[in-house]
Amino acid sequence: MTGLAVAPSLVVNGRPATLRPDRARRLSEALREDLGLTGTKTGCDAGDCGACTVLLDGAPVCACLTPVGRAEGRAVTTVEGPGLAGLRASFLRHGAAQCGICTPGMLMAAAALLAEVPRPEAAAVRAALGGVLCRCTGYGPIVAAVVDAWREAPPAPGPAAGAAVGAAVARVDGVPRLTGAALYGADLWKPGGVVLKAVRSPHPRAAFAFGDLAGWAAARANVACVLTADDIPGENRFGAIPAYADQPALAEREVRHRGEAVALVAFEDDGSPASLAGFPVAWTPLPAILDPAAAASAPPLHPRRPANLLVEGRVRRGDAAAALAVAAHAAAGAMRTGFVEHAPIEPEAGAAWMEGAVLVIRATTQAPVMDRDETARILALSREQVRIIPSAVGGGFGTKLDVSLQPLLGLAVLKLDRPARMTFTRRESMQATTKRHPAAMTARIGCDASGRLAALEFDGQFDTGAYASWGPTVANRVPVHATGPYRIPAVAARARAVHTNNPVAGAFRGFGVPQATLLLETLIDRLAAAAGIDRLAFRRLNALAPGDATATGQLPGAVGIGACLAALQPRWDRAQAEAAAVRAAAGPGLLRGVGVAACWYGCGNTALPNPSTVRIGLTHAGAIVLHQGATEIGQGSDTVIAQIAADALGVPLAALALVGPDTALTPDAGKTSASRQTFVTGRAALAAARALRAAVLRLANAGEGATLLPGADGLRVAEDGRVALLDLAGLQPDAAGYALSATETYDPPTAALDADGQGAPYAVYGWGAQIAEVAVDAALGTVRVLRVTAAHDVGRAINPALARGQIEGGIAQGLGLALMEEYLPGRTENLHDYLIPTTDDMPEVEAILVEVPDPEGPMGAKGLGEHALIPTAPAILNAIRDATGATLAEVPVLPHRLRAAIRAAGGGR
Amino acid sequence: MSGYVRPASLTEALGLLARGPHVLLAGGTDLYPATEGPRLDGAVIDLSGLPELAGIAAGPRGGLVIGACTSWAAIAAAGLPAACDGLRAAAAVVGGRQIQNAGTIGGNLCNASPAADGVPPLLTLAAEVVLAGPRGSRRLPLEAFLAGPRLTRRAPDEILTAVHLPAAALAGRGVFLKLGARAHLVISIVMVAARLAFAGGRVAAAALAVGACSPVARRLPAVEAALVGALPEEAAGRVDRAAVTAALAPLDDVRASAAYRAEAAGELVARAVAGLARAEAGR
Ligand SMILES: Cc1cc2nc3c(=O)[nH]c(=O)nc-3n(C[C@H](O)[C@H](O)[C@H](O)COP(=O)(O)OP(=O)(O)OC[C@H]3O[C@@H](n4cnc5c(N)ncnc54)[C@H](O)[C@@H]3O)c2cc1C
Ligand code: FES
Ligand code: FES
Repeated sequence: MTGLAVAPSLVVNGRPATLRPDRARRLSEALREDLGLTGTKTGCDAGDCGACTVLLDGAPVCACLTPVGRAEGRAVTTVEGPGLAGLRASFLRHGAAQCGICTPGMLMAAAALLAEVPRPEAAAVRAALGGVLCRCTGYGPIVAAVVDAWREAPPAPGPAAGAAVGAAVARVDGVPRLTGAALYGADLWKPGGVVLKAVRSPHPRAAFAFGDLAGWAAARANVACVLTADDIPGENRFGAIPAYADQPALAEREVRHRGEAVALVAFEDDGSPASLAGFPVAWTPLPAILDPAAAASAPPLHPRRPANLLVEGRVRRGDAAAALAVAAHAAAGAMRTGFVEHAPIEPEAGAAWMEGAVLVIRATTQAPVMDRDETARILALSREQVRIIPSAVGGGFGTKLDVSLQPLLGLAVLKLDRPARMTFTRRESMQATTKRHPAAMTARIGCDASGRLAALEFDGQFDTGAYASWGPTVANRVPVHATGPYRIPAVAARARAVHTNNPVAGAFRGFGVPQATLLLETLIDRLAAAAGIDRLAFRRLNALAPGDATATGQLPGAVGIGACLAALQPRWDRAQAEAAAVRAAAGPGLLRGVGVAACWYGCGNTALPNPSTVRIGLTHAGAIVLHQGATEIGQGSDTVIAQIAADALGVPLAALALVGPDTALTPDAGKTSASRQTFVTGRAALAAARALRAAVLRLANAGEGATLLPGADGLRVAEDGRVALLDLAGLQPDAAGYALSATETYDPPTAALDADGQGAPYAVYGWGAQIAEVAVDAALGTVRVLRVTAAHDVGRAINPALARGQIEGGIAQGLGLALMEEYLPGRTENLHDYLIPTTDDMPEVEAILVEVPDPEGPMGAKGLGEHALIPTAPAILNAIRDATGATLAEVPVLPHRLRAAIRAAGGGR
Repeated sequence: MSGYVRPASLTEALGLLARGPHVLLAGGTDLYPATEGPRLDGAVIDLSGLPELAGIAAGPRGGLVIGACTSWAAIAAAGLPAACDGLRAAAAVVGGRQIQNAGTIGGNLCNASPAADGVPPLLTLAAEVVLAGPRGSRRLPLEAFLAGPRLTRRAPDEILTAVHLPAAALAGRGVFLKLGARAHLVISIVMVAARLAFAGGRVAAAALAVGACSPVARRLPAVEAALVGALPEEAAGRVDRAAVTAALAPLDDVRASAAYRAEAAGELVARAVAGLARAEAGR
C-alpha cells in the first residue's frame, strides 16, 4: 500500500521528478503545476480532446484522466521530452500545427505509433490519432506529417530577398508550437496570486439574490474575496460594436442566458481546492424566450429593442416579386440551422497583474485593442492604464473576438492588488461564450427559360441570443451576400437578428453567410434541375463576371468566381463519371452523389471603417523590427504580414525581428476577424515597408534600384557595385525610439449602404467553389464525405501552404456544420455530446489556389479565412440529394434526419 | 473523507472497503470526466494494483476469465477464440487509443451506461460477473448484474473481480457493429453484437444483443430462435426486424430519435447476421 504523505516520485522525460503528495489528482495538473511542464495542454479534462496525451511507460494516455498515483514509479514522456525531433521537423514542413494547441497531443499519440510502426500508412495514422481533436487543420497536414516523419529532410532554406511572397515558407512562429514552449492563455501566471472562478446561472433567465457573501468567504480559509457587479467601478457593459454594447461583465439583478456570470470568487493560488459549493445565491427562474419565433411578441430583453429585434438588414434591387411571378422556373424552400460552437481546443484563459500603475492582462484573444478599451471602460481606467498582451491563441474562429475573462481578471487584480489567473472549464467555455447564429430562412429564386437567374427573395431570422455581440454584423452581412456570387437583377433580401434567452450568438467564421449559403445553393440545385441544366453549368452561366454589378450595386474590383468554377470543371466531369460508374456497379444500399456550391465573401467590416496600422523600425544597430498588432490565431498572419513587409522592404524574411502583438508595443491592427488581416494589415505593412525603404534609400542617398543588405553588424546598401554600411548611430531617436521608422495606416475604402442596402460595403471580395463527393448508407442515413475539391480565388497566394491550411481547416468546420454539430444549451456542453470531426471523418481534400489579383489587395491578395467553410456544407447537402433524392431543410444532417428525409423522398423500405 | 490508496491485494482492498464507502477507481475514464475539479474527490481505492483483477486466463471447464481491470487495449490485442471477435472489435472502438489504454472492462460494466460498448458482445458470450465482498464471492449473469441505467446489483462493499465466459458460449464467431454520428470518440447511437455457431452447415446457436436502445442492452431471444437451423444464405433473411424493434425500448435524445434507433437496430442486426453467415459460407 502506498503511503499518503510521501511525495510520489516518477521519471518524467528521462529525469526523476517528485510531485505533490495528492495521488488522486489529475496527472495533467501535476505536470503543469508542480513541474511547470505546460506543454501538456488541457482542453476538456474529460478525455474528449486528447490535447493532454502523454506516454505512460510508452503507451498514450490522457493525462487528465490519469491519477498521479497511477504514474508513481513509472516513466512519463511529454511533448517537452526527447526523441521527437523527426516528428517536429515533419510537422513544421507540412504545416501540421496551425494554432498548435492540439500539437502536443498529436505529437505524443504519433510518437507512440511510430515506436511500433516506424513507417505507417495514412489509415493507421488516422486510427492512432483518432483520440485527439484538431479544430484548425482538418487533420490532412497532420496525417501527412506523421506518415512522412521517418524521412530526413534538411530544413528548407529561407526565400531570397524579394521572393518571400508566393513562397510556401514554414510559419515563423512554428517551432515553439512543436516543442511545448509556446505559452497559451493558461500557461503563464505570476505566483502568489489568486485563481478566479465564476458563479454562473443554471437558468436561461432568472432573478437572483445573494445571501451572506462575507460570511461564506470568511468561513473558507482560501477565499480571498467575492466580487459582484456592485464591485465594478466603471460602466458594466461591453459589446463588440460600441453602439450596441449591452453585456455586463457580471450580471446585475437578472441573468439573461444560461451560464451568465453573477459573481467571481478569488481563491488563494496555493493548490487548495477552489470549490464554489454552497455559494450563497438564490435563483428565481423567470419566463424565458427560447424560441426566436416567439420573440417578437414577448417582452423585450433590452428596453430599447422593441419586439426583441436587434437589427434588420436589407438589400433591395429591382422588383423581385414581380420578376418571380413571370420566371420560367422557380424554386422555393426553407432551411434551419442550429447553434454551432466554435470549440477551440483552448478554452478562455489568462492571467493579469500590475506593472506599476498599469494593469497587464495576458490572455487568449483575437482583438487586443478592443479588449483594452472595453476593460478600461468597465474598470474606470484610462486606456493607458491597461495593457493587453495576447497569449499564444489555441484557436478562435470568432469566439475570442468578444471580451470574456479580461474584465474579470482586471477586477480581481485591482481589488486585491495581487496577480490573478483564470481558466474556463470546457463547460463554462461552451455556456458563456458566443455561438454561430441559428437561422430559420426561407427563399424563392427564379430564372428564365435559358437558365439565367432573374430574381431572389430571401428572408432570414437569426437567433442572436441574450446580447448584441456581433448580431448586427450578421444581420447586415447576410442580405449583402444572399445572392451568392451570382448575377441576379432583382433581389429582396432581409435578415433579422432577434434576441432570446439563448446563448449569445456572435462572430463565427462567415458571420451568417454559411447559413444563408446553405439555403441559396441547395435551391440553385433544384432550379438547375427544373431548367434542365447541369448544376455546374448553371452556376457558370450565372456567375458574376467583371463588369457585373452585385445586388448592392457595386462593381467588385476583381471577380474570381468564373475562374474558380472553371477550375472545377474537369474535376466535376471526373466525379460525375465516377459516381455514375459506382451507381451502375453497386446494388442498392450504398449510394454515391456529387454536389457543388460556390461562395463569395467581402473582406473586412461591412461598410464601416476598420483600419490597421503597422510600424517598422530600424534600430541604431541596423536591425529591422516589425511591429505587427494582428493577433495570430493559427491562421498564419505573423508569417504572411512578415512576408509582405520583407518583400516590400527588399530584405530576406529572416532579417525581420517580430514584435507583438501587445497594446503597449504595437499599433492597432484591428481584430483578427472578417478575413481582414492579410488584406488590411497586409496593406498597412506594405505601406510601412515602402515608406521605411524610401527613408533608408534617402539616408543612403541611393536610388530606387539599390539593394538593402541586413547583416549582424548593421544594414548595408548596395548600388552599382558599391556597398556602404549605413551610419545610424548618430541619428536622433525618432518618436518611436528608432533611428528610422515608418508607421502607416490602411483603411479599406467602402461606401455606406442606404436604406435599400445599396452601396459598396467591401473593398475586396474573395471567391470560391467546392465539389463534395459522398457515399450515403441509405438504410442507416449515414454519410461519408469521400472527397472535397476546393477552388478558391485568393488574389495572390502570399503563402500557398498557409492558404491550403486555411482551406482544409475551413472544410472540416463546414463538414461539421453539415453533418454533426449542434449545440443545445444544457445538453451538449462538453466535447463528447457536442461532436466535431475526427481524423476519419475528413475526406481527401484537393485545394486549388486561383489567383485573380485584386487591385486593392496587397500584391493582389484577398482574404480567405472564412471563405473556405462557406461552400462545404451546401456542397455536401447537394451531394446527398444527388445520391438519394432527399431534400434536406435542416442541418446538421444527423443520421435520423437523413433517414427521415430519404423516407419522405420515397427511399424507405 | 478523501484520500487515495492503491492496495496490493484483493483482501486488503476488501478490508478497506468494509470500513465505509469508497470510490473504486479502475481506469478512471468514466470517473474523471464526471469530476470538474483537479482531483477525484472522496476516499479513493485504486484497483489497478490488484493482481487478482488483472489479465485474461483460461477458466474452469474450458471457459475464459477476464480480470475486471483488463484494459480495452489488452482485450483488443489478446488471442481469443473467434466467438470473442465482437468483444475485440468493441474494445478497439471504445474511445480512442488513450481511452483503450486506461479504460477497463470492469469499469465499463460497473458504470452501467445504456451505451456501454462492452455489454452487447458480453451478452452474446453469456458472460457472468464475479463479485467479491466480505461475505465471499458470488457470480451473477451479466443480465442480472445490470439493473438499469447507471445501476448495478453490486453491493457497496463488493468489488467486481472478473468476467467469466462459459465454454458453451465460446463456440462460433462474433461480430460487433457500432453506429455513431462520427468516426472516432463517439457514444453509440445503436450498437449490435452477434454470435453464430454453425453445425452441419446450419445455424446451431445464435446470440444477438442490441445496446443504446433500452435502459440496459438486451438479448433478442425471439429473433435468435428464428435463426436456428438456417442455412448461411438464409440467415439474414430470417431476421425479423419487427421482432427486433419489439424487443427494444429506445428513447429520443440528442444523438437520434427513438424511431430511428428502432429501425437502425433491425438493419444492423440483419447486417451482423449477414456478415457472420458470409464468413461461414466462405470458410
Ligand atoms: C473520451 C471517452 C470516450 C469513451 N468512449 C467510449 C465508448 O466508445 N464506448 C464505451 O462503452 N465507453 C466509452 N467511454 C467510457 C469509458 O471509457 C468506459 O466505460 C470504460 O470502460 C470505463 O472503465 P474505467 O476502468 O476507466 O472505469 P472507471 O472510471 O475507473 O470506473 C467507472 C465506474 O465503475 C466503478 N468500478 C470500476 N471498476 C470497478 C470494479 N472492479 N469493481 C467495482 N466497481 C468498479 C467505478 O467506481 C466507477 O463508478 C469513453 C470515455 C471517454 C472519456
Ligand atoms: S484535456 Fe485531457 S482529453 Fe481533453
Ligand atoms: S492546430 Fe489543431 S487545434 Fe489548432
